[in-house]
Amino acid sequence: MDDLTKRGNHILSVRAGVALLVPAFVFIGLFLFFPFIWVFLISFTNRTLLGAAAQDPEFVGLGNYLRLFDFSRWMRSGEFGHSLYLTVIFVIGSLIGQVTLGLAIAFAFNRRRGKLREIIYTLVTLAWILPETAIGFTWTAFLDGRRGTLNAILGAFGIEGVEWLLEFPLLSITVFNIWRGTAFSMLLFSAALGNIRPSYLETADVAGAGPWQRFRDIMFPLISPQFVTALVLVTLWTFNVFTPFLLTGGGPAFGSDIIAIHTYRVAFQFFEFGRGSAIAVIVMTINLILAASYLFGLKRKEVAT
Amino acid sequence: MNLPKYVLARIGFYVFVVIVATAFALPLLWLLLAPFGRQATLAVRIPSEPTLANFVSVFRNAFAMRALFVNSIIQAVGAMLLITAVATLTAYSLSRIRLPGRDMFVYMLILFSSVVTGSAAMVPIFLLIFELGLIDSHTGVILVFTGGLLPVAIFIMRDFMQSLPKSYEESALVNGASTLQMLRHVVLPLTRPGMMVIGIWAFVNVWGSFLIPFILLRSPDRMPAATATYSFYTEAGTPVITLVSAYALLYILPVLALYLFVNWRYGFQFFGGIKS
Amino acid sequence: MRKCVAVLSVLLLLAPVTALFAAGAGEAAEPEDARLNIIIRGVEDGVNHNMVVWILEDVIPAFEERMAEQGRDVRVGLIQFGGSDEALEQQYALDMSVGEGSDIMAFDGFWIPDFVEAGYIEPLDQIAGNAVWDWGGWDVIPEGLREIMGFDGEIYGLGSGTDVRKIYYRTDLFEEAGISLPWQPESWEDVLQTARELQRAGVPSPLQINAGTAMGEATTMQGYFMVLLGAGEHMYDFENNMWYGETQAIHDALEVYRQIYVEEELGNRSIQLAAAGRDQSFEAFREGEIAMLVEGDWFWRSVVAPGSEWEPAAGRDNVVDWAKMPAQQPGAGFNGQDFVSISGGTGFIINPNTSHPELAWELLAFMHDYDMQMAFQDIQPRITVREDIPVQGDPVMSSMAEELLQYSTVRPQLPEYAQISVAAQRMTERVVNEEMTPQEAMEAYAEDLDEIVGSDRVIRE
Repeated sequence: MDDLTKRGNHILSVRAGVALLVPAFVFIGLFLFFPFIWVFLISFTNRTLLGAAAQDPEFVGLGNYLRLFDFSRWMRSGEFGHSLYLTVIFVIGSLIGQVTLGLAIAFAFNRRRGKLREIIYTLVTLAWILPETAIGFTWTAFLDGRRGTLNAILGAFGIEGVEWLLEFPLLSITVFNIWRGTAFSMLLFSAALGNIRPSYLETADVAGAGPWQRFRDIMFPLISPQFVTALVLVTLWTFNVFTPFLLTGGGPAFGSDIIAIHTYRVAFQFFEFGRGSAIAVIVMTINLILAASYLFGLKRKEVAT
Repeated sequence: MNLPKYVLARIGFYVFVVIVATAFALPLLWLLLAPFGRQATLAVRIPSEPTLANFVSVFRNAFAMRALFVNSIIQAVGAMLLITAVATLTAYSLSRIRLPGRDMFVYMLILFSSVVTGSAAMVPIFLLIFELGLIDSHTGVILVFTGGLLPVAIFIMRDFMQSLPKSYEESALVNGASTLQMLRHVVLPLTRPGMMVIGIWAFVNVWGSFLIPFILLRSPDRMPAATATYSFYTEAGTPVITLVSAYALLYILPVLALYLFVNWRYGFQFFGGIKS
Repeated sequence: MRKCVAVLSVLLLLAPVTALFAAGAGEAAEPEDARLNIIIRGVEDGVNHNMVVWILEDVIPAFEERMAEQGRDVRVGLIQFGGSDEALEQQYALDMSVGEGSDIMAFDGFWIPDFVEAGYIEPLDQIAGNAVWDWGGWDVIPEGLREIMGFDGEIYGLGSGTDVRKIYYRTDLFEEAGISLPWQPESWEDVLQTARELQRAGVPSPLQINAGTAMGEATTMQGYFMVLLGAGEHMYDFENNMWYGETQAIHDALEVYRQIYVEEELGNRSIQLAAAGRDQSFEAFREGEIAMLVEGDWFWRSVVAPGSEWEPAAGRDNVVDWAKMPAQQPGAGFNGQDFVSISGGTGFIINPNTSHPELAWELLAFMHDYDMQMAFQDIQPRITVREDIPVQGDPVMSSMAEELLQYSTVRPQLPEYAQISVAAQRMTERVVNEEMTPQEAMEAYAEDLDEIVGSDRVIRE
C-alpha cells in the first residue's frame, strides 16, 4: 500500500496537480466562499430592496440581530422565534420519519431482489429526484380539500376530509418532506446492510435469534456509522429545505413558516435584505455546528476502525 | 423459525410493501392522469376518453416551449459540462498528488457547500451576480449552480478515481507520454463512467431547481421550465390545470429517462456520493 | 464508451428540437426602429382579461399603425404576468434593482413612493424631457387625480382610473332568505343582522370582509380600511403626519372582525388565510356560499363581468347588486359620515431603464388619449381620471361613482405606507386566527409602527 502511494506521487507533479485545482478554487471561492463572507457584512446594515435604504444602506451594528432576539415578541406569528420553533418540529418530525422509514424499507428488502424491490425502490427514489416544482404541483392536487386524492380515499373509508394545507400546514409539509427525502436513508442503509457479511447473520440464526434480536444485536451496531451520517445530513438538509414553499408559501398565517421560507420572505417578499442576511448568518451558524458535529463523528469513526 | 411465525412475517412484509407503494405512488398518480383528461380538475380519475389535446396546447405555447426546450436545456447542459470538467480535473489531482490533509479538505468543502445553501445564500448571490453584470443571463445561473454543486461532484469523483489502478498511467509515463497525453489517452477513457454519473447528477439537479433561476433570471424568455411551471400554477384565476399538468409531465420526462437509464446500466445506488 | 454514446444520443435527440425552437424565436424579425414592451398583471381569460384584450386588440395595432404612418417601424409586445399583485411588485423590485424590466409597466399608485426612494423610477419629464407637458391630456386630468401616480410633487406616470369600495350582494340569496330589496344597511349591526338571517337561511358563510396577509393590499383596502373608516378613523392623521397606533376605533374595527370570523362565524375564516384566498372568495361568491362581499369596482367590471370565469351562473346583472358600506352608527364614520369608501388608483409608468424614452412616452400618452380610453370604456366601463370621459354604458358603474366618490378618501402616498399596510394585515390576521385578542393585536401593531416610523409618530390614545 505504502509502495503504491509513493509511486503515485510520480504520476503527477505537485505543480501540475495544483494547476488542475485552480478552476475549482475559483468557482468555489467566488460562488460559495465569497457569498458566505458577504452575507455577514450585509447583516450589519439596514439594506433593503425598496425604499430609501435600497440606495443608501446604513450601518446598524448589531441592530438586526437584537431585533431578531427581541424576546418580548419573537414568538409571534411571522417572527424569528416562531419560525425557529416550527423548524425544530419540522426537522425532528422529518428526521424520525425519513430515517425510520428508510431503515425499514432497507431492512425489509435486505438480500432480496426482484420486481417488488425494483418497484418500491423506483417509487421512493423518484420522489426524491423529480423536479421540485412538478412535485409541488402534484402534491397541491393530492392534498386539495375539495377534490384531492387523499380526501377522496379517506372519503371511501367514510372519513371526512379536511383542507390539509390550511388546517394542518406543518404536519402536511412534514409528511411531504418525509415522502420527498426517505430515499436517501433507504439507499444509504441498503448499501450498509448489504455490506454485512452473511456469516454474521448465520451465526445468529444458529443461536436462534429472532429477527428483532438479529437486527438489534448484530445489524444495528454494524450500520451505526451510516446511522450517524443519515441523522446529521438529513438534519442539515431538512433545516435548509425550501421546497415546502411551493405547497404552502409559508402560510396560512405563517403556520408553515419554516426557517428557509422565513429567510426568503424577509429578504425577497418584505425586501429586508439586512435583516434577511442576519437570519441567514444565524442559519449558517447552526448549519456549521451541525456540519462540525458530523466531522467530529467521522473522525471518531476513523479512530474506532 | 416455526411456520405460523413465518407466515405472519410474510403477511407483515406484504402489508408493509403495499402501504409503502401506495403512499409513494398516490401523489404521483395525478400527474400521470390529469394531462390526459378533458376537464381541468385536481381530482384523480382515469380519463374516460383520454386526449392529447392538452399536449397540443402546450406545444403551441411559445413561452412554455422555449422554457423547456431552450432555456432549461442550455442551463442544465451548460452546468453539467462545466461541473463535470472541473470536478474531474480536481478529483484527479486530489487523488494523485499528496497534499497534507486533503481528505479533510474534501470533507470540509462538501460540508461547507451544505452550509452555504438555499434561501440563506440568495441575498449575497443575487447581489454578486448583479455586480458581475450577469443578472438575467444563462451564464449567471450556470456559474452559481457550478459553484454550489462542485464540492459534492468532486467528492463523488474522487471516490471513483481512488478506486482506479494507477498502473496504466505509470506505464504510459514509462513509455514516454507527456502528462497531457497521459491525461487524454489513459485517464479520460478510464474515468468516463464516473464522469457520466457526475454529469447526470448535475443535470438532474439543475433541471429541477427552482429558487436560483427564479431570483436570478428576470425576463420570461430566459426562464427555465422549473420557474415556468411555477408561474403557471400560481396564475390567478386561469383554468389551465390540465395544461400545467401536461407541461409538468413533459418536464419530468428527462429526469425519469435518466433515472431509468442509470438504473438499467449501473443499478441506482450509492457510490459513496450524495445528493446536494 | 457505449454508455457515453447512450447519454450523448439522448442529448442529441433533444438538440434538433432545441434548435427548432431557438430558430423559431429568432424568426420574428427585429423591427428596424424599436421594440417596446408593456407588462401588466393579467392573462387571457384571467381576472384582468379585459385589459389584455384592450392592449392586444386596440392599443398595439393602433400604435404600430400610427408609427408606420410616420415611417417608423415600431413593435410593441405585451407581457402577461399571471401572479398576484404582491408577486408583481416583487418582480418589479428585483427587475428594477438590477436595471431591467419592461418599458411600460402597469403600476399600483401606492407602490410609487417606495420605488422612488429606492431610486428605481424617475419623473416623467426627467425620462422623456419637457415635451411631456405638451400632451393635451393634462388639461382634462384634475390636479388631484394626477397625484395617483405622483409622489412629493413629481409625476411618475399616468393614472388610468380610480375606484370606490362597497358591499356587493347576491339578490337571489337575499330573496330566498326573505330580506327585502333593495338592501341598504345603516349600521354595522344591520350588516351583521342580515348576515345572521342569511346564515339561518342556509348560506354557509354570508359575509366576506378581507383579512390576513395572504390577500395583501386587498385586505387593507377592502377590509381593514373599510371597517376602520366606519369606526370613524383613518389609518393616518394627515394634519400631524402621525399614524394611529392604539385607539378605540382600531379596537372596534378588530372587535367586529372577531365577531364575524371567530365568535359568530358569519364569514369563512380559512378563506382569509389561504394563499389563494382572494380567488376562493370570488369562487364562493359565484357559488352562492358568500352572499355579501366588500370589494372595489374592479370586482364588478372585471371579476364578475359577463362572460368571466367568476360570474354567477344566473348572470351578474340578474343576481348581483351593491350597497354603500355603512359606518358603525349613522354619523359615526370618518369625517362624521354615514357611509364610507376608499379609493385607490392604478396606471402605467415608464421604466427609466428603457432604451427608447421618447418613444415610450409617446406610447404611454397614446394609451391615455381620448380614443384609446374610450375604446377601453367600450370593453369595460369604469371611472377614469379624464374629465372628458364619462362612466358610460353601464348604469350601475355610473351610480356607484356618483353616490360613493363623495364619501371616498385615499391612502397616504408615503414610503412607509407599504410596510405599515402589511403590519395592519398581520394585525387582522392575528385576530381572525385567534392568535391574539383585539387588544393584544393592536398593541403588537403599535409596536410595529414604532419600529417603522419611530414612536414619536405613533398616536396612542
